Amino acid sequence: MELKEAVAGTLESGDMLVRIGPGEGLQVELQSSVEAQFGRRIRAVIRETLEGLGVENATVRVVDKGALDCTIRARVTAAAVRASGKDVWKD
Amino acid sequence: MMFVPGNNPGMMQDAHIYGPDCIMLDLEDSVTMAEKDAARLLVYNALKSIDYGDTEMVVRINPLSTPYGRKDVEAVVKAGVDVIRMPKTETADEVRELEAEIVKVETELGCVGRTRIMAAIESALGIVNAHAIATASSRMMGIALGAEDYTANLKTQRSASGAELLLARETIVVAARAAGICCFDTVYSNLDDMETFRSEVELIKTLGFDGKSIINPRQIEIVNEVFTPKEKEILKARTILAAIKEAQAKGSGVIAVNGKMVDRPVVIRAERTIALALAAGVLTKEDLQ
Repeated sequence: MELKEAVAGTLESGDMLVRIGPGEGLQVELQSSVEAQFGRRIRAVIRETLEGLGVENATVRVVDKGALDCTIRARVTAAAVRASGKDVWKD
Repeated sequence: MMFVPGNNPGMMQDAHIYGPDCIMLDLEDSVTMAEKDAARLLVYNALKSIDYGDTEMVVRINPLSTPYGRKDVEAVVKAGVDVIRMPKTETADEVRELEAEIVKVETELGCVGRTRIMAAIESALGIVNAHAIATASSRMMGIALGAEDYTANLKTQRSASGAELLLARETIVVAARAAGICCFDTVYSNLDDMETFRSEVELIKTLGFDGKSIINPRQIEIVNEVFTPKEKEILKARTILAAIKEAQAKGSGVIAVNGKMVDRPVVIRAERTIALALAAGVLTKEDLQ
């Protein structure tokens, strides 16, 4: 799947800002105030979401503001959909 | 029914903590066009993952005439939403069009009949067609007034007295009651004027509405206070229902309580008082035994 640069999310509390672009393999850079407690979990949800969408090669930069798993999935999916142009809900 | 913007995950994850009866996640007016795709994903994932407990979950979708409406329906039906709120409803055909979209997704999922519909009436034409809208589908669970668009359509503005909304409010209550569904009043958005808000809630309760739309948790307490029956009302209702039960056991149709005749409408009002008291948690089923 070919990707261009795309962004989704915000820096508001409970949200995350996801920047996605082309890469080799899945590279995830995470900044989070809860990195020590939840960093491993957040990275795993990001990877699972991208793999579920068939994204195998991408660079992902994430600034987390305490997002729940459901928000992580939504924001990563939105960024990937915008970067690939392939919608998860087709007409 | 508390409105929560569908593009704000912080608010979506905390909304039920304040105890509204119903949460309406909004994909329409509170979301910019550039964020429609992302908000739809947030709402879908929130509905799939967050445990909202007993709170009834509603999603206001974009109109089907926009590029977003059908995708909204697909996403929220797949997420298992309780109710889809259709904005700016003007005709019964629009409700049937939404129903067809819902059926399409539910058939794919194997859960036909799961999703109910609430129609927001926000124009003069919608008010004229209120009863046809309310009876357009067996999935209709309620109709609601959207006053901002309605007053703009009437070429007027909202006032503290609500005079400009009286016909619309009464029409919606009558249409809903004739159809046997619920009716919900519009929002009041000035959070600095709780006195006018309370007067508005008292007015719509008197008119017969089932509930009020709100935009902030601070408004919940006032709505609950106004709609919760007072101790005296509960006592009177219980006395009436006990008397009627006794009369029925004796085979007598008409009875008197405290010197006043108790007939069918009085019993219906007493039953509604008890139902509201139970819903508000000021009375339990054990209390009634």
